[in-house]
Amino acid sequence: MSAAGGGAAAAAAEPEVAPPRADLLRRFVQGDLAELRVVIALAVIWAIFYVQEDRFLSSVNLTNLVLQATAVGLVAIGIVLVLLLGEIDLSVGAVSGLCAAIMAVLVEQEGWSPYLGIAAGVLAGTAIGFFQGSIFTRFAIPSFVVTLAGLLAWPGAQLEVLGETGTVNLTDPKITGLTNTFYSDTVGWIFALLAIGAFAAATLLGRQRRVREGLSATPLGTLVLRIVLVAVVVLVAIWVLNDDRGLPLAVLILVGFVLFFFYVTTRTTFGRHIFAVGGNAEAARRAGIKVNRVRVIVFMIASTMAAVGGIMAASRLLAVNQSSGAGEFLLLAIAAPVIAGTSLFGGRGSVWHALLGALVIQSILNGMDLLGWETAVKFMVTGAVLLAAVMVDAIARRQRERAGRV
Amino acid sequence: MEGKTPVLALEGVSKSFGPVQALSDVDFHVNPGEVVALVGDNGAGKSTLVKTIAGIHPADNGRIVFEGEEVRITGPTDAVNLGIATVYQDLALCDNLDVVENLFLGREKGLFALDETSMEKQAGELLGRLAVTIVDVRSEVGTLSGGQRQQVAIARSLLGDPKVVVLDEPTAALGVRQTALVLDLIRRLKDEGHAVVVISHNLADVFEVADRIFVLRLGREAGDFQARDTSEEQVVAAITGATGGREAER
Repeated sequence: MSAAGGGAAAAAAEPEVAPPRADLLRRFVQGDLAELRVVIALAVIWAIFYVQEDRFLSSVNLTNLVLQATAVGLVAIGIVLVLLLGEIDLSVGAVSGLCAAIMAVLVEQEGWSPYLGIAAGVLAGTAIGFFQGSIFTRFAIPSFVVTLAGLLAWPGAQLEVLGETGTVNLTDPKITGLTNTFYSDTVGWIFALLAIGAFAAATLLGRQRRVREGLSATPLGTLVLRIVLVAVVVLVAIWVLNDDRGLPLAVLILVGFVLFFFYVTTRTTFGRHIFAVGGNAEAARRAGIKVNRVRVIVFMIASTMAAVGGIMAASRLLAVNQSSGAGEFLLLAIAAPVIAGTSLFGGRGSVWHALLGALVIQSILNGMDLLGWETAVKFMVTGAVLLAAVMVDAIARRQRERAGRV
Repeated sequence: MEGKTPVLALEGVSKSFGPVQALSDVDFHVNPGEVVALVGDNGAGKSTLVKTIAGIHPADNGRIVFEGEEVRITGPTDAVNLGIATVYQDLALCDNLDVVENLFLGREKGLFALDETSMEKQAGELLGRLAVTIVDVRSEVGTLSGGQRQQVAIARSLLGDPKVVVLDEPTAALGVRQTALVLDLIRRLKDEGHAVVVISHNLADVFEVADRIFVLRLGREAGDFQARDTSEEQVVAAITGATGGREAER
């Protein structure tokens, strides 16, 4: 009788053909166009802060905002993958602090080359992810509990690594350069044109291929509109960044990771399996997918990205100390993709939500800083925004269910 | 039908779970292009028999002969490799994935660069061949009706081009129209030469599609009827144990 799940409810919903505009509205309400929702939210937030304080939209502040969002955004990429599985990783903050500490001690105290030090920090993250993922799958303990243990334990390891002073200052130019390198205007424009060209080529070639195979294809006009929109966003971003110090290396790193994992999640077999496990683990298992292997790899990615984010945060702070990776860092990294529409229940989300969500959160924090609000108020506002975002997600979910979808 | 070599034959198969004898000494076979309905009361051993065939519960003893050769089925992969596809009652579809993604789940084309166009094209051809009525193969499976979901699940089992398709209660929980869609699909499988084994509670459905009706009762064979020479009463009698059904076989 378990097949009855969608049966009775869905039987009424014979294939219906909705007019395109109503269809767009329906998809928006049901949360399929979560990205659009976030972009609108971002625009509203920016408008509100701009009205209060016009420095908010200055190129200096926007550049700072993006730099502040980098670390959270990088960690959030890993969180997106974990959330797609329908799991959670509470250890990413702690792991980011520990891995940054490992890198800092190796480079500043043990005299390792910065490249080796960074690699060691990142690999330490990968190893932690393998450990946590293996415990989670081998003993079938909820990921919540395994990573909660990590959240408690890794800061201890971090104290141990940092030693008695509890602080390691970063002076190596390669490491501080990660967040303090800005490219010239020309380089920025070249990147912009390359990005737009690559996106246009991929979009149009993909369409051409579908047409050649006789499959239904998105109308050319829609695609051109999409390309123009992307081009405008990229060009405006570069223009703003160039108006200040130029295109930051940190932004390239963040966008590079987002693009890489966007490709992995949407265009590879492994990525498809992540969605399948998050949607219906039993179905995935019966389809021959090695469910536990997918889970372990995703936890490895999450901890690796935590390490990357921790290193970027350390580079910006010019130090690693006892509070690196502590406090609200973990919660912001989890909140970011959720605010942007990645489901907490698994199977729905996008790596782009990490970037968009990090921008939303950082915009709010940055704006409140500019207005000089008290910390007490800032915490409460951030919490309220997260709650509102999750409520919107829940409403979208209910709308989907009402439409006979799960 | 009787002269053909069965594509799949079980001879003297038994299976027990601890003290419970779920199947004892069952002989069962299915021919190419034949639909065999597997009926019986709850606990009669229908599911166990299917799971034996599918390799989920390997038989304790007895022989399994596939296309004239004795084979061992010790796990689900053995069954799949032989060409036995099983569609379980809980359809094992991912609601958050679209039709194409579900059809190719676990056998995607292109490890590091999914070949979506090729998969979508093949999915369209497969569904078209089966006359499955799905408007958009890119719609999420969660949005489909129960009958359409069942069609997708059955279509998916055909991608590996199996010789035997086993369907566990394909019409349970479906309305009249949806049931008709699924029964049509079963007929089409038969026309394509697949051997089909269908578990069903619904005798009306059984008589509509089955060539042969195999009755299990308390883990033993209780009748093997040619559907067109048999009345519903005879089958019910065999299910409930009111008569032995053996003599009706020929």
